Amino acid sequence: MTGNLTLALLTGLLYTVGTYLLLQRTLTRVVIGLGLLGHGANLLLLQAGGPPGRAPFSGAAGTAGDGVADPLPQAMVLTAIVITFGVSAFLLALAYRSWVLTGDDEVQDDVEDARIARQRPDRHAHAHPEELS
Amino acid sequence: MSTRVLLPLPVVLPLLTAGLSIVLARYQRLQRLLSVLVLTSVVVIAGLLLHTADTSGPAVVQLGGWVAPIGISLVADRLSALLLLVSATVLLAVLLYAIGQGVADGRRSPLAVFHPCYLVLAAGISMAFLTGDLFNLFVAFEVMLVASYVLITLDGGAAQVRAGMTYVVVSLLASVLFVTAIGLVYAATGTVNMADAAERLQDVPDGVRLVLGLVLLVVFGIKAAVFPLFSWLPDSYPTAPSPVTAVFAGLLTKVGVYAILRTQTLLFPDSEVISQVLLVLAVLTMVVGILGALVQDDLKRLLSFTIVSHIGYMLLGLGLASKAGLAGAILYTVHHIVVQTTLFLVAGLVERRGGTSSLRLSGGLQHVAPLLAVLYLLPALSLAGIPPLSGFLAKLGLLQAGVADGGVLAMVAVAAAVATSLLTLYAVGRAWSEVFWGPVADVVADPDRSDSVDVGTARTPRLMVGAAALAVVGGLAITVVAGPLYGLSARAADDLVTPSRYVEAVLR
Amino acid sequence: MTDPQPVDSGAPPRLPGADELDAVRRSVVLETAVRLVFHTILVFSLYLLLAGHNQPGGGFVGGLVAGLAFVLRYIAGGRAALREAVPVDPGVPLGLGLVLAAGTGVTALLLGGQFLESGKVELDLPLLGIVKATSALPFDTGVYLVVVGLVLGVLRTLGAEAER
Repeated sequence: MTGNLTLALLTGLLYTVGTYLLLQRTLTRVVIGLGLLGHGANLLLLQAGGPPGRAPFSGAAGTAGDGVADPLPQAMVLTAIVITFGVSAFLLALAYRSWVLTGDDEVQDDVEDARIARQRPDRHAHAHPEELS
Repeated sequence: MSTRVLLPLPVVLPLLTAGLSIVLARYQRLQRLLSVLVLTSVVVIAGLLLHTADTSGPAVVQLGGWVAPIGISLVADRLSALLLLVSATVLLAVLLYAIGQGVADGRRSPLAVFHPCYLVLAAGISMAFLTGDLFNLFVAFEVMLVASYVLITLDGGAAQVRAGMTYVVVSLLASVLFVTAIGLVYAATGTVNMADAAERLQDVPDGVRLVLGLVLLVVFGIKAAVFPLFSWLPDSYPTAPSPVTAVFAGLLTKVGVYAILRTQTLLFPDSEVISQVLLVLAVLTMVVGILGALVQDDLKRLLSFTIVSHIGYMLLGLGLASKAGLAGAILYTVHHIVVQTTLFLVAGLVERRGGTSSLRLSGGLQHVAPLLAVLYLLPALSLAGIPPLSGFLAKLGLLQAGVADGGVLAMVAVAAAVATSLLTLYAVGRAWSEVFWGPVADVVADPDRSDSVDVGTARTPRLMVGAAALAVVGGLAITVVAGPLYGLSARAADDLVTPSRYVEAVLR
Repeated sequence: MTDPQPVDSGAPPRLPGADELDAVRRSVVLETAVRLVFHTILVFSLYLLLAGHNQPGGGFVGGLVAGLAFVLRYIAGGRAALREAVPVDPGVPLGLGLVLAAGTGVTALLLGGQFLESGKVELDLPLLGIVKATSALPFDTGVYLVVVGLVLGVLRTLGAEAER
């Protein structure tokens, strides 16, 4: 089985950039990063289906046998795209809500981390505002 | 009724009702009635499916009449039917509790979202247990998770949004990894039907197979909150409303555990490396989780860490890769679903009665709410594994299997399991003494609580207490029927160690 | 291309509900264009829905196109214009769609088939000739409604607050 080098490189690039963006503190960048990661995963799924071919409609003349594209990865990619789309919309809504509540969309510290940071004697001035009551 | 009709129903009925529930958003009584009815019927159906699976082998339905491996199969073998039954029961109990608490109708958002989301969650959980198709499992996870995203941020406050961000981003990352894993499995085998993949993976080179197994383990490890992928859980669960936390605690991580059980036994059986990895992870998950629980001041966070810790027991059973180990893991999963949910339900009641879930601030609750003290003590002791409660029996099964295995790693894991059990007793015991004993704390005695929760039992909704009591009784019932249940778990484990039965049933 | 004059000449509003917007935010070109293309887009979305069985299209795509028509209306005329166009709660199409889609699967069960098994009827209608209808159609219609409801819901909840 031969692969498509361009697609493979592109998949790698998307994963790389997506992972980098995922590690940022700003939720908007995280959302973009997750989107890119999702595209990378979908591209991978598409390559798993083998080389491109004719449209796999049954009954059309000459579609049996070789040269027909594998329809299953395309169906799976479509499903994955729809799901990623919906969840990204939800994340953006969360980012917006966070902006309304706190003025930015930064992913904040773990409560535990914040508490431990507060216990350091030189740091207690920078305590995080919200601790679970 | 035949399995043809029964098998899709646990998935489709909640979805259908969720649709109705959105349309009928204004009629809240009708919404509640519909939700209760549909979840009750799912319990009944799951019971019938379990009976069928136990007496006449795995029940299989090919969706749309497309024969496997082309179409999507739904499969109910002993393991999935058993977990379906337990989770449906827990979902019903928590729904009653939520109705009692008024979470269901406390916040009037435009879509009146609680009931529809809860039903979609139920549909996703059922689908995850029943599906026999890897990609469909992904869809099931997403259905379940999308509903859980909404439920965890239901209050929309700053704490919920902060926790929701972590939760959603981590889950979404796991989903992307899942798609990646599916792509890799498809590239290696050309199928996503689990039974078909199980056969074809035997021809795949060992190295590739190991990588596929480990990628799937990472994916489900995030969902199941396995060390070192657990830190999202104690951070996000406690902020949700207590019924939501309870159902997440009981079910969502266990769906991950189920997925690990299913994929590792079916797709990657007899992999020595993965078994070793699982045992190491089991030890670390148990120990790190319980150490985290020891230093918590918040009851819900403490309990969240015990979830993480006790996932380790299920991994231990799976890592032993013996029939007895798997049987122990299955029994432990059943026990833990019920007990952990119960503890969170009771924690919700404690927070309501005491006005806080902080251990430091509360105290003396047993003077004002003795019933609550009993409701907390029973599942807490069961979690810690005090005989003769169900936790003890489940742990005993696992420990026996570990000792029978006899390997160094297995013995280390057994020692860690015993130590974790003791530390769990210390953690829940400390919470018990801080919350229920000592002088009555100010917050408890404060008569001006604005949320109408008074010190007398009368003001706590009867339905909430009733549902929590029902869950406690459910936990005790597991103890009573532990014998037959262990027999059933052993038969289910027997199915797992002979994956050919599953494959035969799906592919004929 | 904003219209600097408040609309007080007695002329009919260009887009129903759009007068609630500030005059500076209104655009003659956009409002007129939306009035022209709105129904065309909706009809096209229905075409996509119905053609989806054998050709590119289907419930999801059709629903998205219909959703775009509502998005256009929202951009041109704001919330009020959207409310004029769809005077129902977004939950209604969403819920009905879910019921329809799930109900199609259950119907197949009741008729003795597998869950979601598809069936078809061929009708010889006067004027139209032979019309083939499959059970995928109500399922797709359900998907269409869910997508439309989702778009409306997103516009109402996110759009409404973002406007302030």
